[in-house]
Amino acid sequence: MMNTLEKQDRWMLLGFALVVLAGPLLLKPFGAGYPDLLQKFCIFGIFAIGYNILFGLTGYLSFGHAVFLGLGSYTAVWSFKLLSMNVVPAIILGVALTAVFAFLIGYVSLRRSGIYFSILTLAFAQMAYNLAYSVLTPLTNGETGLQLAKDDSRSWDRFFGVPLADGLPSTNFFGFSLVGYSGFYFCAVLLILSFYVSIRITRSPFGLMLKAVKSNQNRLKYTGINTRSYALTAFVISGCYAGLAGTLLAVTDPIAGPERMHWSASGEVVLMTILGGVGTLLGPVMGAGVIKYLENILSSFNEQILQSVFGFLPDAIEHPVIKVVGLFVGEGWELTLGVLFLVLIIFVPGGLMQGINSLQRRLFPAPAHAGADATPGAH
Amino acid sequence: MAALEVSGLKKSFGGLKALNDVNLTVQFGTVHAIIGPNGAGKSTLLNAFVGRLIPDAGSVVFDGISLVGLPPHQINQAGVVRVFQTPEIFGELTLLDNVLIPAFSHRDGEFELNGWSRAAQQASVHEAAKHMLEDVGLYGKRNMVANSLSRGDKRRLELAMCLAQEPKLLLLDEPTAGMSRADTNSTIDLLQRLGDGKVTKIIIEHDMHVVFSLAEKISVMAQGAIIAEGAPEAIKTDPRVQEAYLGGAHL
Repeated sequence: MMNTLEKQDRWMLLGFALVVLAGPLLLKPFGAGYPDLLQKFCIFGIFAIGYNILFGLTGYLSFGHAVFLGLGSYTAVWSFKLLSMNVVPAIILGVALTAVFAFLIGYVSLRRSGIYFSILTLAFAQMAYNLAYSVLTPLTNGETGLQLAKDDSRSWDRFFGVPLADGLPSTNFFGFSLVGYSGFYFCAVLLILSFYVSIRITRSPFGLMLKAVKSNQNRLKYTGINTRSYALTAFVISGCYAGLAGTLLAVTDPIAGPERMHWSASGEVVLMTILGGVGTLLGPVMGAGVIKYLENILSSFNEQILQSVFGFLPDAIEHPVIKVVGLFVGEGWELTLGVLFLVLIIFVPGGLMQGINSLQRRLFPAPAHAGADATPGAH
Repeated sequence: MAALEVSGLKKSFGGLKALNDVNLTVQFGTVHAIIGPNGAGKSTLLNAFVGRLIPDAGSVVFDGISLVGLPPHQINQAGVVRVFQTPEIFGELTLLDNVLIPAFSHRDGEFELNGWSRAAQQASVHEAAKHMLEDVGLYGKRNMVANSLSRGDKRRLELAMCLAQEPKLLLLDEPTAGMSRADTNSTIDLLQRLGDGKVTKIIIEHDMHVVFSLAEKISVMAQGAIIAEGAPEAIKTDPRVQEAYLGGAHL
């Protein structure tokens, strides 16, 4: 599949794949080398890559993409309950159903642009959240969340005579259990594939039209292009990515709750994309990684850990330092995220990718380096 | 042969009759200028041609297709392409991308789900884009971002973008406004060369030098209606035109 890419994209994909697959080793020193968190990096990386196809390329800021995340999860859990613990039907059904809903929501929301589009998608997301939380309790099991049960029918598993486990069954890929590291590698392969697809889309004539939608939609209309069809297709594609991410959340932990559709989850993917670099290929994945890392690692810091870190300081300094730093970790980890965000938006509005690119230019001022990922409109 | 036939076109904004029963016939392959004082309704007329506004009454027929009520992109796909008064370009994209977009639009139509092929590998489209950029003298700047161009270069880029679609009818709204004399002359040159009698051009212009260099026929608009029409020589001496447009002064 590699010879269909430009040389620089080929190297980027190869490097990306190596880093992702070596993730357990690379992230061990940072305390993040365990499958639970690594899976989250991959899943939210997929979510952010897909979101970037809409927001990064066309400029349409959806504030309701968590609907598709939740929809993917619910569909996958129902597939586990009714059909099979094999993840393949769950993923196919999850993505297909998300595509249908993305088409409907996108068709209505794309009648408006700018802030009105964002508000429409937010309205849909809030409706979906409320449906999942209370109205559709028979389908979603309300606040508790949809879970596996011992007496689920799992008709396909029964039909094919899959042996029953003693407790709750675990998800599998044609009999190959997806618990622990195998679950991570399953997500990692899908992340690499998702990344590859997004490169292809970005470099295609279709991707060029999406960038044109962002740059000057008016000119594009008077250039004979049906701009709404392009935007709607981008919306559906990014919805499918979100649906895939949602099903993978259920694959790695077969439970689906309404909080997955909460507006804050929709906002999180916006933050990931902006933090990493809107419109760049690698940025959204990095943004997803940073946010999930902070959420999981910083929030686990407590006073004891801080004492061991700052233990070398004299007591008179140590106590106030721990008091202040303590505000930014543990339950206050989002404060750190906020500060990081402020600093980035003010000093490098193009996100981490802009920071990395300008650092690279300063360190290696070779004219040949055009910035492998410098897609226009990143600022 | 008539390329464009406009009859009984009307449009009011409140009490203002911006277009008051406009009738116009533009012959195939000619350069037709529309002149008139500010507020005469010239730009409104172009807006009605390209679907930017819907007229209250009347018809616009191009090449046998009725344009009234069609969305802008379909009018464009029918071959009617407009150069705007202030350049409408894709400012954040490179010059090459700016010209590739209309070239793809010309090849693939209003929508094509070609998300799997590589834009950089489409040789014929690239050839057309390269040709257009060379024609306007911007090929050397093809990797620059369009926003970084000077105003005159932006106009030339927009012209290249419009020509990359191989239009049948090209609408030019003051293509030389704000240009230096040298740029104006090179634009006149370019417009004379391009199309080679196969492209019908309608040009709105205040600069009489441009009008009389290019136009084969001139229509004069005042207060939303066409008050005179004819060959450049006849228009120059028409007393009604001098009264309405030139304030009685001689050219």
